[in-house]
Amino acid sequence: MMNIFNYIERRSPIHAMTGASKLVCLLLWSFGAMSSFDPRFLFALFVLALVLFKISKIRVADIRFMLWFTFVFCLLNNLLIFLFSPMHGTEIYGSCHEIFHIAGRYTLTQEQLLYHLNVFLKYAATIPIVLLFVTTTDPSEFASSLNRIGVNYKIAYSVALALRYIPDIQREYHDITLSLQARGVEMSKKASLGARLKTASGTLVPLILSSMDRIEVISNAMELRSFGKNKKRTWYRYRKFTAWDFGAMLLGLAVLLISVVLTAFVNHGRYFNPFV
Amino acid sequence: MKNTPVKSIVAIAIGAALFFVCGRFVAIPSPVPNTNISIQYGVLALFGAAFGPFVALLAGFIGHALIDFSYGWGIWWSWVIASAVFGLVIGISKNHVKLATEKFDGKRIVTFNIYQIVAHVLAWVVVAPILDIVMYAEPWNKVFLQGFVAALANIVTTAIVGTILCVAYSATKPKKDSLEKK
Amino acid sequence: MEPIISFKNFGFKYTVQKEPTLYDIDLDIYPGQKVLIAGPSGCGKSTLVSCLNGLAPFSYDGEYTGSLTIGGKEARDSDIFTRSKVIGTVLQDSDAQFVGLTVAEDIAFALENDEVPVDEMKQRVDTSARLVDVQGHLSHAPHELSGGQKQRVSLAGVLVDDVDVLLFDEPLANLDPAAGEAAIELIDRIAKEQNKTVIIIEHRLEDVLHCHMDRVVLMEEGRILADTTPEELLCGRLLQTTGIREPLYITALKYAGVAVDPSMRPAHIETLALSDADKEKVRAWFETAPKTEKAEPAEPLLEVKDLTFRYANGFEALKDISLTLRKGEMTAIAGRNGAGKSTLCKLVCGFEHQQEGSIFLKGIDTADLSIKERAEHVGYVMQNPNQMISKVFIKDEVGLGLVLRERPQEEVDAAVDAALATCSLSPFVEWPVSALSYGQKKRVTIASILSLKPDMILLDEPTAGQDFRRYTEIMEFLEELNRSGVTVVLITHDMHLMLEYCDRSLVFSEGRLLADDSPAAVLSDPALIEKASLKKTSLYTLAGLCGIDDAKAFTERFIRCDRKARRGL
Repeated sequence: MMNIFNYIERRSPIHAMTGASKLVCLLLWSFGAMSSFDPRFLFALFVLALVLFKISKIRVADIRFMLWFTFVFCLLNNLLIFLFSPMHGTEIYGSCHEIFHIAGRYTLTQEQLLYHLNVFLKYAATIPIVLLFVTTTDPSEFASSLNRIGVNYKIAYSVALALRYIPDIQREYHDITLSLQARGVEMSKKASLGARLKTASGTLVPLILSSMDRIEVISNAMELRSFGKNKKRTWYRYRKFTAWDFGAMLLGLAVLLISVVLTAFVNHGRYFNPFV
Repeated sequence: MKNTPVKSIVAIAIGAALFFVCGRFVAIPSPVPNTNISIQYGVLALFGAAFGPFVALLAGFIGHALIDFSYGWGIWWSWVIASAVFGLVIGISKNHVKLATEKFDGKRIVTFNIYQIVAHVLAWVVVAPILDIVMYAEPWNKVFLQGFVAALANIVTTAIVGTILCVAYSATKPKKDSLEKK
Repeated sequence: MEPIISFKNFGFKYTVQKEPTLYDIDLDIYPGQKVLIAGPSGCGKSTLVSCLNGLAPFSYDGEYTGSLTIGGKEARDSDIFTRSKVIGTVLQDSDAQFVGLTVAEDIAFALENDEVPVDEMKQRVDTSARLVDVQGHLSHAPHELSGGQKQRVSLAGVLVDDVDVLLFDEPLANLDPAAGEAAIELIDRIAKEQNKTVIIIEHRLEDVLHCHMDRVVLMEEGRILADTTPEELLCGRLLQTTGIREPLYITALKYAGVAVDPSMRPAHIETLALSDADKEKVRAWFETAPKTEKAEPAEPLLEVKDLTFRYANGFEALKDISLTLRKGEMTAIAGRNGAGKSTLCKLVCGFEHQQEGSIFLKGIDTADLSIKERAEHVGYVMQNPNQMISKVFIKDEVGLGLVLRERPQEEVDAAVDAALATCSLSPFVEWPVSALSYGQKKRVTIASILSLKPDMILLDEPTAGQDFRRYTEIMEFLEELNRSGVTVVLITHDMHLMLEYCDRSLVFSEGRLLADDSPAAVLSDPALIEKASLKKTSLYTLAGLCGIDDAKAFTERFIRCDRKARRGL
């Protein structure tokens, strides 16, 4: 069974931090990186993220699979942007410095390149932080972290429950598929899309119906142990914040503040524009 | 069985887990290379029709966010939110479709499908592209085309998968006056 | 002494049903008592559990009549949360009850919900974990635990609240024999050490009576039929009429013509006192047995040669397995979870592929056969019928395999009709599957496999979680099927099932085939029993008690007699 949350147990200061502070840092950081299109800032975030990675003792080999996914995704997205809107940079920056003409309506411009650089850097600045969060946070701590940053505890617990039952449902789905294959159900490439979807639904029916029964039994089990009785709840995995936790939250806040300052006072907008 | 608040919470969790498993591990070859058939929206549509907007909104949101987390490509908030919007809108169909108490046939199948079409259009042609433009400054023609393709594929998928699942689920619910010992 | 639980003229009616489910219940349970509640399915015992812990009416709408007091307070006025502080419930489905991501979090669940501070919580979790001996697994995820361990975690999760009453709903349903015995011993120990009142809902009478119970309450059709001691109950005739299985040694004594009465202390085989005359009667019954004649071995159907299988993570699930299954046999595959019995089935069906060795079906090497092709020879029936049924209507479900093989419509119809007739489902041909009972659904899944006319069917735990009535219904159906010529293989850890219905048992442990012999022989071999987590039958002990050395022959004698009696009915 694969570890869906990709938690990698190591001893590092980042592992030792609470999930809540890492989550706060992640959210502030992503928001800061998302709102700014200043490549200098984004590059600085990328470098900083690499430093944090070093501290966490997570190696590239550990996450090669995820990095590969992300890279392909990023490349495809950039390609699509260029195909659909080769002059998107010009629209944004309001100028046009042509490098060379490719064919038809496709011309490579400095503005377009800068825009693509920004998109690449956005991935580079945020993905490492997401990966860092995912690989260093014990799933058990995730729900309590959500609750700590203000999410209603019942909803936070539903995230924990989802993580709890994903492996069970996955195993059940696998068993159902095998038994249906024996009956002759096949996902053939030759069949029409509609036929394929019908076949897939046939596999889903037993899975869904047994999941519906599961909902009933689990909610009984939870009510019998007082879930939902009080306005609040405590968490077994709760830990006190340490200096590192405050540091992480301050770091996130700093990233967001710098992003805001850059937008409001330096670049006078989301874009750093070297063309004017 | 009463629909207690705890039951809704568990339904969110199981809905999100099913959304995750279907989105992550159920591979259906699609006619276009490198594109996914998102069978999970059929499941989410059933959860909406069975449990209402609150459960389906959160199940869509959590399920989609977990998929993004597990791939490690960052959370693509605009699409995560669009999944939640789909859940919200299809959830409104609950009181019109009445899976638990009425037979799911003819008119109710049509109602369910009108809801899912509206929900997909709203999610993928309105919410997702606008958020992409606002959050990531992507070119509008790219995001709208992506949204349009996604909406179309998801509508077809939900029309088949969602409808079949609703028929099967509704058939398991005892209808009025049928629980007498014989 | 005041009763801790008191039903007075109590009744309960579900809102969705026309008739009440419980009538005229009068029952006082006193602190420190151990009470077994037994009865066939549909007798109202689960509703009684729900009324005690508050699921009815707080989760299932319905109305009380009469009165129920818990700890002296009228239950009507206390909600599900208040009651859970007095009565801790351990549900049958320990996977559903295990809501935490790890053992420690699951034990802490109730404390978390009561806002207990973290330091205190950790201490209490630790104490509870020690009580049930899972302190070494605190950081484990549920799928790293065995069924018995999960159940112990569930128990710790209610003990953590220091409840007065422990309520167990079918605690033995999902455990192998050795784990079940350990569970009953654990419950007994906790009850004594912690001074708890214990209520167990079970129909496996002999297994529960492994430890002392103060009372047995027998229910039928929503009413209490008897409220007595185990001794009295075993000596009467109520068990037969309600369809609860009596302990094997009691049945054997009755066959031998021994009159069982309470003075013999028949509740446990260990305390049973037999007079010399009684022992002589048993010996005489044993010695009059007709000799068995050996049947000619039939032609081989499935041959497995030197099979070895390792999972991707290197775990060796099967090692050097060789065996032959012959046409017309009814065989049990036994062993604890993870012993390799399911892996063998997966390899036979082609769901997984062995690294070494080969499997032959009717002399043909299966290496090149697909899952679908193998399915035409070996039909596989999953444990839970709900996991197999993907069509709304019975007819479509049973015909699915043939339709997918693009057989002509007439052939499909004929095969569906034949399969439904074999499974006594013909009257339901036009019905939706959801309108059927669990046992009927099980038969639908078997019919859907039979429609492909396989030579052999392989059933995974066909009777798991079923009461004696449904168990008998399913097993007699399979026996019938076997007599009609279908080879039947059952994965099971039910000793009774093996003894009563199978000719042969294959015992697995840690990926190896430990034994291939008659069930009677297997269950009379103490070393084997120990190694494979099986359980010695009480017949073995009874034979010893009566001075009969050949326990295996004694067991065989019993089985023959029992089968004859059953078929004579």
